[in-house]
Amino acid sequence: MSTALQARGLGKRYGRTWALSDCTLEVPSGRVVGLVGPNGAGKSTFLNLAVGMLRPSAGEIEVLGARPTGPDVQRARVGFVGQDTPTYAGLTVGEHLRLGAHLNPAWDAAMAQDRIERLGLDPKQRAGRLSGGQRAQLALTLGVAKRPELLLLDEPVASLDPLARREFLQDLMEAVADQELTVVLSSHLVSDVERACDYLVVLVDSEVQVAGDIEHLLATHHRLTGPRREPAQLPAEQHVVSVSHTDRQSTYLVQTEAPILDPAWEVSQLDLEDLVLAYMGRSAAQRHANGSRPALEALR
Amino acid sequence: MIWLTWRQFRSSAAIVLGALVVGVFALAVTGPQLADLLRDSGEDFFTRLSTDGTKKAVYLAGTALAYAVPGVVGVFWGAPMVARELESGTHRLVWNQSITRSRWLASKLGIAALGAALAGCIGLVLTWWSRPLDEAVLRGYTDNGPYSAPRLWPEVFSTHGVVPIGMTVLALVIGVSAGLVVRRAVAAMALTLATVVAVQVLTPMLVQPRLMTPETMTTAITSENLRGFMMSGDENAADPQIVVEVASGQVGAWVTENRTLDPDGRPVAYLPAWAKACAPDPRAVSAEVDACFLKLADEGYRQQVKYHPASRFWALQWRETGLLLVLAAGLTGFCFWRIRRDFT
Repeated sequence: MSTALQARGLGKRYGRTWALSDCTLEVPSGRVVGLVGPNGAGKSTFLNLAVGMLRPSAGEIEVLGARPTGPDVQRARVGFVGQDTPTYAGLTVGEHLRLGAHLNPAWDAAMAQDRIERLGLDPKQRAGRLSGGQRAQLALTLGVAKRPELLLLDEPVASLDPLARREFLQDLMEAVADQELTVVLSSHLVSDVERACDYLVVLVDSEVQVAGDIEHLLATHHRLTGPRREPAQLPAEQHVVSVSHTDRQSTYLVQTEAPILDPAWEVSQLDLEDLVLAYMGRSAAQRHANGSRPALEALR
Repeated sequence: MIWLTWRQFRSSAAIVLGALVVGVFALAVTGPQLADLLRDSGEDFFTRLSTDGTKKAVYLAGTALAYAVPGVVGVFWGAPMVARELESGTHRLVWNQSITRSRWLASKLGIAALGAALAGCIGLVLTWWSRPLDEAVLRGYTDNGPYSAPRLWPEVFSTHGVVPIGMTVLALVIGVSAGLVVRRAVAAMALTLATVVAVQVLTPMLVQPRLMTPETMTTAITSENLRGFMMSGDENAADPQIVVEVASGQVGAWVTENRTLDPDGRPVAYLPAWAKACAPDPRAVSAEVDACFLKLADEGYRQQVKYHPASRFWALQWRETGLLLVLAAGLTGFCFWRIRRDFT
C-alpha cells in the first residue's frame, strides 16, 4: 500500500492559537478516504496544508512524495476544492471550463462538458447567478476534470441537496474507478462517508483517533453487552473504545482481531456512525478525565 | 493564463484606455493647428493662444489626464488585482489549477504593466502636441502664463515625455503591493491613491532637482537682470530683509537656486539695508538706483544661479523614469516574495 499523503507532527498556528497541532497521519493511495471529525478538529486546516494553501508552522507534510508548495508539475497532480467552492462571479460556466482547459495540461474537456450538461448548467450563465449548489458542482467539475492523482475535497457536498449529494458522490466513485484517483473528502456527516468512502480517518483535536479500511474497521469492532465487569477483566487483545455501565450491566465497544469467545457477552455489530461517535466521544471523555491524550495505536 | 488574465482585465482596461483614446484624438486633431498658430502669429503666439478656448481646454484636459492616469491605474487596475481575489476567495480556485501562484502573478502583472506603459504614453503625445509651445519658449516668447512655462519646470515635466510611463507602471505595482498587504480591495484602493499622490507630489520636489548636477552661473546684480526684489519688514526700519533674484539669461531653463553671495563668496540670506535703494520703484530717482547697483558691484555682492538648461530635458526625463522603474521593479520583487511566502 503506497502513501498518497503523509503528515508528521504537522501543526499550523494562527497567532497564539493552534488550528492544528502535532498531527501525524498517513493516507494510502487509491482509496476514497473520508476525513471525519467535529467542527474545529483541524480538517480544513489539514487539507489546506496538504494542498499548499497554508504553510506548516511545525512538522512536515508530503503529498505524492513531494512538498505541496512545489512547481507546476506537482500542482497538476493534486486537485482541491475549497469549503466555500469559490468561482468567479463575472465569468460564465463556459468560461470556467475554458479557464480549466488553459490552466491544466491534463484537462479532460469531454468529461467537463459532459458533467456540465448532465447537471443542466447553462454554459452561458454567469457563475454569480448560479445557486450555491450549482456553484459547488461547477467548482467540483473543475477539480475532477483537472484529472489529478489526488483529489482533496473540503466539505464538498455541504451545500448540495440530498439528491445532488448522492449523485455527486456516485460520480466521484466512478471517477475513482476510471482513473487511479485517490480522494480525500472531509465531512462531519458520517452518511456521506458511508456512501462514498472505503477508508476512514477520524480526526479529533488534531489527533487521529482511528484510521483504517472501513470494512475492516466494522469487522473488528464489536459492541459487547453483558453483566457488569471492569475493563481490566477483558482479554488483552480486546481494546476498549468506550464503555458504559448501569448497576448490573456493562456495554463495551471493543476493537479486536480475534473472535469474541466469552459466552457471557451478547455481541452485536456496529454501524459506521456508532463507530465514529464512539471514537469522537472517547476523545472527549479522555480529555475530561486526565487532560492529557494517551498515545493511541493506529488501527489497520 | 494569458486568456484568463485578459478576460479579467479587459473591461477595466477598456475604460481607462478608452478615455485615453478620446484624449489622444483631441490632441491629435488640435496639434497641427497649434503649429499653424505659431507660424502665423510669431511673437503674438501666447497672446493669440490665450484667446483660443479649444486648444487651451485640450491642453488642460491632456495635462489632467497625464496627472490622473497613474492614480487611476494604481487604484483600479493595481489594487483590486490580487485583493479582490483574496476577498472573494477565488485565489483558492485559481491557485489550485496546475500553475504556480508566481506564474499567475507574473502573467497578471505583466499584462497590466504593458497596459500601464501604454497608458503612460499620454506623456509622449502631450510632448508632441506642445512642440510649438516649447519652440516659442526657446524663441524667448512669453506671457508669464501657464502655457509659456518651460517644459523643464516640474509641473510640466511630470506630465511630459516618458516620466508618465514610469509613474504609471510604478502606480500599478504600488496598487498590487497594497492589495497584497491589506488584502481588502477598497482599503487597498484608498491606500494606493494616497501613496501615488504622495509620490507624484514628492518626486518633482525631492527627486527631479537632484537627478543631475545643475549648471552654476555667478553674475553681478544689475538693473537689467534683476527679476525679483522682495523686501520684508518695515521699509523705514534699520534692517529691512532684502532678497533679490536675477534672470538666468537661459531661455527654457529651470532655475533650482538663486542666491546672493557676499564679498567673500559666501551665501547670505539678505542684502544690506542700503540696498533698498535698488528697489525697482517708478518714483525713484534713476541716478540713485544706478548708484545703488554700482555700490553692490563695488562691494562685491554677486548673485549665484543654479539651473538646468533646456537641453537637458530628455536626459532628466530618462533618469527620472529609470528611477521610477527601478522602484517599480523593487516593489514587484516584494509582491512575488509576499505571494509565495505569506499566503501559505
